[in-house]
Amino acid sequence: MTVIREVLSRVLFYLFSALIGAFFALPMLWLLLAPFNARGTLALEIPRPFTLANFEAVFANTFAMRALLNSVFIAGGTMLVVTLTATMAAYALSRAEVPYYDLLTYGLILFSSVVTGTAAMVPIFLLANALGLVDTYVGVILTFTGGLLPTAIFILRDFVEGLPRSYEESAMVCGATPWQMVRDVVMPLLQPGMMVVAIWAFVQVWGAFLIPFVLLRTPERMPAAIAIYSFYTEAGTPILTLTSAYALLYAIPVLVLYLFVNARYGFRFFGGIKR
Amino acid sequence: MARIRLEGVTKVFGAVVAVDDLTLTIEDGEFFALLGPSGCGKTTTLRMVAGLERPTRGRIFIGERDVTDLPPQARDIAMVFQDYALYPHMTIMENIGYPLKVRRYARSEIHRRVREVAEVLQIADLLDRRPGQLSGGQQQRAAVARALVYPPQAFLFDEPLSNLDAKLRLEARSFLKHLQKSLGITTIYVTHDQAEAMALADRIGVMDRGRLLQVGSPIEIYRRPRNTFVATFIGSPPMNLLRCRFQQAEAVLVLGDGQALALGERAEALRRAFRDGEPLWLGIRPEHLALAEGPGPTHLAARVYAVEPLGVETLVTVQVDAERIALRLSVDEPPVLREQVWVRVPMERALFFREGGELAL
Ligand SMILES: Nc1ncnc2c1ncn2[C@@H]1O[C@H](COP(=O)(O)OP(=O)(O)OP(=O)(O)O)[C@@H](O)[C@H]1O
Ligand SMILES: [Mg+2]
Repeated sequence: MTVIREVLSRVLFYLFSALIGAFFALPMLWLLLAPFNARGTLALEIPRPFTLANFEAVFANTFAMRALLNSVFIAGGTMLVVTLTATMAAYALSRAEVPYYDLLTYGLILFSSVVTGTAAMVPIFLLANALGLVDTYVGVILTFTGGLLPTAIFILRDFVEGLPRSYEESAMVCGATPWQMVRDVVMPLLQPGMMVVAIWAFVQVWGAFLIPFVLLRTPERMPAAIAIYSFYTEAGTPILTLTSAYALLYAIPVLVLYLFVNARYGFRFFGGIKR
Repeated sequence: MARIRLEGVTKVFGAVVAVDDLTLTIEDGEFFALLGPSGCGKTTTLRMVAGLERPTRGRIFIGERDVTDLPPQARDIAMVFQDYALYPHMTIMENIGYPLKVRRYARSEIHRRVREVAEVLQIADLLDRRPGQLSGGQQQRAAVARALVYPPQAFLFDEPLSNLDAKLRLEARSFLKHLQKSLGITTIYVTHDQAEAMALADRIGVMDRGRLLQVGSPIEIYRRPRNTFVATFIGSPPMNLLRCRFQQAEAVLVLGDGQALALGERAEALRRAFRDGEPLWLGIRPEHLALAEGPGPTHLAARVYAVEPLGVETLVTVQVDAERIALRLSVDEPPVLREQVWVRVPMERALFFREGGELAL
């Protein structure tokens, strides 16, 4: 009796898990299949006839291809700026024992969600305009950086706090200048934390539409999140064959980044340092 | 190599006076141990010498240089931390070579010098490993090698042996002493283990609650502790202290339970130092006490409280009235538990402390 109940509950459990898994996996599967299908469809079907024509059409769209590269510039640039400045800021804020640090970060995090939010677009545009940063990558990267930095500092400070001070002290006693100490000892030990922030920042920017849409004018500078709309009809409906092909290309850099970091650092996020 | 001088050095953390008006000179080439109980300010003192902590008051000199306002980088000292602080992301080779790397030595020169110290410390075959792959003793050697690779003006050690097990600790201790003697580098060694300080140091400074109580050679400190704190901190087991009262007329000391000890030849000195009836502490080392056959003018009646064989010697604790007294005996037949015994107190070996604790005779 109990055996049957046991087996039954197992079967039900797996069935349930499979359903949930399928629910999340099906759209991904569609993304893998639809680009190779000659007929645009929302249904999940084996491509028939199988074709690469969709990609040919996408590759022929120079505006969209250029946009992918632009996205790499913008997301990569923001990633570098955010990670480096956040690391140094988190380090300084943690080691200098700034009074009211917590209040400061929570306040900044609160404001940062405003920076990247819709409500702030007008003042941000006016500010960028006054600074001559409209239609430049610098303007876009700085705006993203402003939005991401507080949270990045907040994440990284935990990693800094977990770092025993004796490493730094021993470096100083060894004769290292403060800059050598940060470069040789602090940064390598903070690498897992910096990776977390880098990937997070990259993904945030990669998918963002509003800020580049507001700040950029020239089509040649637009990122992929905007360029994907060039595969819509005049009436505003997506051309499924082309959109899906482009979406697949759009997803690849993030996947590659994830696989690279996973292979290199194994995503041991917290407490990742072997002592 | 250099002399280290601290002049009136004080460190205050908020309301805590961690180090209080410390004045001290450590001679060139000397092995100096700072000894004291937990929280007495040893680490703080060492960190001020290293430049990791700024004195609230006072000056620090290394050699002829006033280093009080210099950062650690400019002091030319090497420190071995209690947790060794070997960088986990570097190999042992890179760890040991780090002081040379920051001074922009050529790679080949770094490799040559690292190999050289690694040979001396017998860790040459471990250079490609990372700190996590080394045993505690090997890590300690690597940390010492890193301190040695660029010969410093002075060595600072903060309890470097406390993470090792008992056997390894003895080995590492002899090794450190040998090394320091053959290099002749001025060394400050912080420890709360009196046996370690006694074994290693040329001179010991005993600290308590931020103050330096006594400075002297291990033998001096052992034989003539300046007060009851030092007396009971040094030695294993520490000096016995018996509370008694000086009776001038009979030239005796009277214990709490009324037993009297004849002062003999020391009566005259005590008469000059103490008033009649004045309470005092009689201090006597456990190894100076012996068992007697029967009552006598300098014998105390006691009852055996515990017997602990230590190999060559036996540690016997006896009870006199409410007080316990330790004896180190090298007899073949130690007394048995609860036996009534007589303890002979050799007055010529005894120290006499005032009620407040300071040494009088
Ligand atoms: N950064 C600090 N902030 C506040 N108080 C401190 C600080 N560092 C040390 N103290 C205090 O100063 C006193 C001396 O500390 P210190 O670390 O020098 O003791 P120690 O003799 O090395 O003890 P231990 O044997 O436990 O290492 C202690 O009361 C300690 O609490
Ligand atoms: Mg300490």
